[in-house]
Amino acid sequence: MSDVAVQHGIAGAYEPSLFGTYSKKIGMWLFLLSDSLTFGALLFAYSYGRISNPDWPTPFGKASIANATIMTGCLLSSSLTMVLGVLAARRGDFRWTRWWIFATMVFGSAFIVLHAKEWSGLIGEGMTPFKNPWAPNVPQFGGTFFTLTGMHMLHVTIGVIYLGVVALRKKFLPVLLALWLIVWLVTPADSIFHIAVHVLLVGAVVAAVILFLKPKDYDAHDVEIAGLYWHFVDLVWMFIFPLVYLMSTRV
Amino acid sequence: MATGEVVHVHAAPQGFIRKYIFSLDHKVIGLQYYFLALTAVFVGMFLSLLMRVHMIWPTAVLPLVGEIKPETYLSLLTMHGTIMVFFVLTTAPQGGFGNYFLPIQIGAPDMAFPVLNMLSFWTTFVAFVVLLAAFFVTGGAPLHGWTGYAPLSALTNAGPGQQLGADLWITSIAIFCIASLMGALNFITTTLDLRAKGMTMMRMPLTCWAWFITAILGLLAFGVLLSAGILLLLDRNLGTSFYVPLVVVNGQIMGHKGGSPLLWQHLFWFFGHPEVYIAILPGMGVASQLLSTFSRKPIFGYKAMVYAIMAIGFLGFMVWGHHMFMSGMSPYSAFAFSLMTMAIGVPSAIKTFNWLGTLHKGRIRFQTPMLYAIGFVSLFVSGGLSGPFLAQPVLDIPLHDTAFVVGHFHLIMGVAAIFGMFAGTYYWFPKMFGRMMNETWGRVHFFITLAGTYCIFMPMHYLGMAGQPRRYSQFTELAYLQHLIPLNTFITYAAILTIGAQFIFVINLFWSMFKGPKSSDNPWEATTLEWTTATPPPHDNFGGRTPVVNHGPYEYSVPGAPRDFVMQTDPASVRTH
Repeated sequence: MSDVAVQHGIAGAYEPSLFGTYSKKIGMWLFLLSDSLTFGALLFAYSYGRISNPDWPTPFGKASIANATIMTGCLLSSSLTMVLGVLAARRGDFRWTRWWIFATMVFGSAFIVLHAKEWSGLIGEGMTPFKNPWAPNVPQFGGTFFTLTGMHMLHVTIGVIYLGVVALRKKFLPVLLALWLIVWLVTPADSIFHIAVHVLLVGAVVAAVILFLKPKDYDAHDVEIAGLYWHFVDLVWMFIFPLVYLMSTRV
Repeated sequence: MATGEVVHVHAAPQGFIRKYIFSLDHKVIGLQYYFLALTAVFVGMFLSLLMRVHMIWPTAVLPLVGEIKPETYLSLLTMHGTIMVFFVLTTAPQGGFGNYFLPIQIGAPDMAFPVLNMLSFWTTFVAFVVLLAAFFVTGGAPLHGWTGYAPLSALTNAGPGQQLGADLWITSIAIFCIASLMGALNFITTTLDLRAKGMTMMRMPLTCWAWFITAILGLLAFGVLLSAGILLLLDRNLGTSFYVPLVVVNGQIMGHKGGSPLLWQHLFWFFGHPEVYIAILPGMGVASQLLSTFSRKPIFGYKAMVYAIMAIGFLGFMVWGHHMFMSGMSPYSAFAFSLMTMAIGVPSAIKTFNWLGTLHKGRIRFQTPMLYAIGFVSLFVSGGLSGPFLAQPVLDIPLHDTAFVVGHFHLIMGVAAIFGMFAGTYYWFPKMFGRMMNETWGRVHFFITLAGTYCIFMPMHYLGMAGQPRRYSQFTELAYLQHLIPLNTFITYAAILTIGAQFIFVINLFWSMFKGPKSSDNPWEATTLEWTTATPPPHDNFGGRTPVVNHGPYEYSVPGAPRDFVMQTDPASVRTH
């Protein structure tokens, strides 16, 4: 059942919808479908570059893999807390819903922070989108790594903002702006994250516009839809982790 | 929320800006898309005129533009292709007519996500402005063609237009991808979720089926182009090497290495081939609708038509490699892509024969919309028949970079789709504006356009077989092409005539909008839901009620029925086929 049908108060006058679901949920599934093609194209580009360059570097040692495993653990745990949040919302227990969403956001943020630290380490070792210290003839290593994981990190960040908006609505905006300011002040001016943190500012503006246009309480459906997005982002990582990290371990 | 009562809380907006600029009404948004595409098509057409003139008189000094240099010719070619493919063929049939008529034809008050719909239009608009801006920056518009093949597109010093112009081009395409994704998502959700009572999937008009499948193609294809575009932007501005191997430009070694231009081609054509069907499927839908309506017969093989659309959409994702036979490909892959491409001939033939079957023994009313629908079928067949030639790697390799391919895709993807739009315009104009278009001038426009189209594009097949390369700005000096100059001159004159005839259409369009005779609610005696409502339709399409559908969409000439057509909303007691 869609927004339009609800607004018009004539919902009963329609054919039953697909799988008895409602428009927003179908919309999210469709978005995820197209987003999976977007990630699919990036993974294809990665695989293409990797196959066509036989001396692809394999620089990830024990520490990197351990770090990436912890990150994977964070995302997997966040999916679990998200499921618990959706279940709580279905029971109508919005206090627990909020707590579970906070837990999800904490795991998601931990993932971002660990990932950012890893990026900084790699950049410190001399890796950029166009060169890397391990295989000077394979600039694709840095390019694909930063594009794939950067795109994914962007999705995780959007996911955390999305969950924050669902859980806290307008109260989340000051939190987000404070976070933006703190990261911006803490990171050195030549760091990539000094610029990338503006994603939070853009996110805050977009969230503010949405909250201003539709100042409503979010219900169990909205929590479930946010959950769909979150699980998808988690799922994408389950492709990136083996393809990018585990296949590039230093033996 | 199953109240079932009629409570119309969604009041029509007041004020010019909410009503016409940032409107949430799918009908206004449809018209916005339509007029955006109309503007774009005239820009694109003007560029093609310049190209044709340049091909015959390479040194002519033209008013306004001066002498066209070879690099300017390539800019014109790029911008013509990009504008036509993205902002005309993708925008008008789907964004324009689809937006306006999909909700009405399935009995919905609006799209499922009206705000998203508005955003989708304005994002498209921004993309168009960004694209046009490429004309006015240093170096001018890009040279790499609408396909943007790397490494030309990925190097910033590969030519005058490859500087900021190419960045704007890619940015525009990326923005357009996002707009199309929003639109596609909205179309699919609306079709699945907002059909009026009784409007089962198998009672939808074939136009709706075409828009629905087109939206699915768009949803899957544009996401890939978005990624490809992002990687191209990174290659250009961040120094990555996704698409660029070690290359030397003007004796200077570029900083890239190890990338593959083929990667761009794969990603681009994975989008690019479905894009062909995004352009043509809505035209097929309109042709089916009109052939049935104006032959006063049910469409021949409704279910076969639906399955054929699905099959075309599905196979459309399997054949991108046939654009790359020239790029070097394992013969086994080429064989597989060739076979899949030939397979598309089957559902296409099903559709064609069903159209002919619909016409067979019909009581045909030769009004302008019908003429264009028949013209669509004619062009689709003429352009389609050279498809199986090009699907063979052995034949494609000599023909691929010649005018043969130009003739082929202009007939089937370009003009056929444009004929679908003309058919839609003449057919739905009374519903959109409440007036009829001039019939006489419509016919004049049709016959000049049809004859002109064939005069332009048919000889190109011959030119191609004779070896005239495509994309070359000047070939009047090449000895082996001398004997083809008269034919090229003929094409240019035909193009000038055909382009001139389009002004008949525009004048007819705008004159009829204000001065045409008032039309009734159902001037063509058609059966689908848009003809049951007022003209032009009210803000929520059906004035607070939701129609109840009892019949299929093509119930014409039902034996024993009081009229020769049964509306979809007629009582269930009316007997149908």
